[in-house]
Amino acid sequence: MSEMLETLEQTALSDYKYGWVTNIEADEAPPGLSEDIVRFISAKKKEPEWMLEWRLKAYRHWLKMTEPTWPNVHYPKIDYQAIKYYSAPKQKVTLNSLDEIDPELRATFEKLGISLDEQKRLSNVAVDAVIDSVSIATTFKAELAELGIIFCSMSEAVQEHPELIKKYLGSVVPMTDNYFTALNSAVFSDGSFCFIPKGVKSPMELSTYFRINAENTGQFERTLIVAEAGAYVSYLEGCTAPMRDENQLHAAVVEIVAMDNAEVKYSTVQNWYPGNKEGVGGIYNFVTKRGICAGVNSKISWTQVETGSAVTWKYPSVILKGDNSQGEFYSIAVTNNYQQADTGTKMMHIGKNTRSRIVSKGISAGFSNNSYRGLVQVGKNATNARNFSQCDSLLLGDKCGAHTFPYIEVKNSTAQVEHEATTSKIGEDQIFYCNQRGLETETAVALIINGFAKEVMNQLPMEFAVEAQKLLAISLEGSVG
Amino acid sequence: MLHIKNLHARIEEKEILNGINLDIKPGEVHAIMGPNGSGKSTLASVLAGRADYEVTAGEVTFLSKNLLELSPEDRAREGLFLAFQYPIEIPGVSTTNFIKTAVNEIRKYRGEEPMDAVQFLKKMKEKMKLVEIDQSLLSRSLNEGFSGGEKKRNEIFQMAMLEPTMAILDETDSGLDIDALRIVAEGVNKLRDGNRSFLVITHYQRLLEYIVPDFVHVLYKGRIVKSGGKELALELEEKGYDFIKEELGESVEA
Repeated sequence: MSEMLETLEQTALSDYKYGWVTNIEADEAPPGLSEDIVRFISAKKKEPEWMLEWRLKAYRHWLKMTEPTWPNVHYPKIDYQAIKYYSAPKQKVTLNSLDEIDPELRATFEKLGISLDEQKRLSNVAVDAVIDSVSIATTFKAELAELGIIFCSMSEAVQEHPELIKKYLGSVVPMTDNYFTALNSAVFSDGSFCFIPKGVKSPMELSTYFRINAENTGQFERTLIVAEAGAYVSYLEGCTAPMRDENQLHAAVVEIVAMDNAEVKYSTVQNWYPGNKEGVGGIYNFVTKRGICAGVNSKISWTQVETGSAVTWKYPSVILKGDNSQGEFYSIAVTNNYQQADTGTKMMHIGKNTRSRIVSKGISAGFSNNSYRGLVQVGKNATNARNFSQCDSLLLGDKCGAHTFPYIEVKNSTAQVEHEATTSKIGEDQIFYCNQRGLETETAVALIINGFAKEVMNQLPMEFAVEAQKLLAISLEGSVG
Repeated sequence: MLHIKNLHARIEEKEILNGINLDIKPGEVHAIMGPNGSGKSTLASVLAGRADYEVTAGEVTFLSKNLLELSPEDRAREGLFLAFQYPIEIPGVSTTNFIKTAVNEIRKYRGEEPMDAVQFLKKMKEKMKLVEIDQSLLSRSLNEGFSGGEKKRNEIFQMAMLEPTMAILDETDSGLDIDALRIVAEGVNKLRDGNRSFLVITHYQRLLEYIVPDFVHVLYKGRIVKSGGKELALELEEKGYDFIKEELGESVEA
């Protein structure tokens, strides 16, 4: 017993391979938040008056709010006046082609494994790359435009498609929704906008890569995806940041609208810097993601692989308004060392015959704490609503924690709501069995974990799944044996 | 091939093995029999390197290497295989994937290239026939929801795939009906090739009707108290373990 338990207890630093900093000259706002800063950001982006007013309204509301304390996470108080709210890599104002991107920036994305070069791009993925506060490049724009698909940065969308932005921005996540959405609405710098017109199925995966580079900077991006009737899109999001000793705040908002018969699949591999072995540094990842199945037979599916960030607070949710609509949430959340995650989902059944499915897999190692928090709500008129929830937790070692907070509110007696939860430890017996077949402990653990997470992994697009599998192994490296 | 000399082992404070001596040559099949609690499964676990047991004295050499100094995975890679009495479940990992990982880990240790998918599938097909195991079982999660017989057959299948030089079968017959027992035993017999050695641990003589051993040893209170040919197993079956106790001059409890 003792020897294996000891090795299980040992936690080692898992390598974070995205921890470098790129020396790019940045155009920055001074630290602190005020109406002037909001105006500064808006002016930098040459925004129309209505956008500025929207931001200011959010800012004024934010001033009256307080930071939420109900999540099962603990961190020192954030000084919102110490954060810089705008940082943009300095470069030529407009780019005629992707070739004009700063070579340093290009190298950055190559290191991340993201090619911005459309010619050489083998896989069928269009990329919007966001570094610090601004979108750097969006690939495949022309090809997508031929189909009527709009895929561009949020700043560009505000300029080029104001009618769509006015209509949909804040329509799923109101600026007043919570403390961080108000903050984001006031100071959001960029992000991606994606519009799939009626009947169009996007022929390629659309993806956004977020990278925080500058010091003491917050990242506040917004993503808005609108799928009109019968449209389909699969969307990928990836994120990394340098290793820094101070904590950096990331407060994003993602909104999805799915009309009649539309389907949106949103996949995230979140790999923000988690802090070091002692829990110093790392990203505070306070994100609000919500989709609305506005039309009949529509479907929104969230898949997330969360391995990064020092503290995560995130509940990708679906409002099931259209009759027969479907919401899904598939999640793998890994915490190691001193990471803390409070993540889950909300499924709000409003329409008739709405269905939702929740599969959450939490893996805790080291001294970390991993909480699943989920709400399944069935409204008065949601006849025949169905929900199935499954929350499994896997513990590595005995200094970490797994917690489950499921909330169920049902106001219609025809609803069927199922909840299953398990907590298990990687058994010494399992490891010994693998050892006896020639697998070393590290390989055995990776195998067992991938088996545990398989149901969620299967939901990821192929290219992402391979990356995610590697990421799982890296995040837990040294946590056993 | 395997030399065990004066092996003592304990778990926590309890002495289980009290000086085992055993010498197994290439191609030989040795059976270890004994009443419950005599140390049979402990011997298997100690040889495979389970960390719960502490070896307090003695030595074990396997293919002229000091077995006790090797990690459990290196023992496996050197060609030592243990068919578990209670095979472990690993949810979400298919049996095929598990065995492929094992085969390639062992090949890597020996400096060989990993087996490609075509070679692997070919080998699998061949070995599947040997233990009459179904393809559908192999695509399921390892041992999860398998019946007792399926688990044991899967152990023998893994043995066939990994081709060990020394195989230990720990009460492989327990929980098997007569048909499953025959299939498992036939699988083992087909793997006997004059070089591969077996240590068959069993409580009953029944298994030894199918896997005919060269030697039978009786383990009692952590020691081998009697050794003989295959006829010893029959004698035990007939007289029960009490006759051993009588021979040792112990009083037999009613």
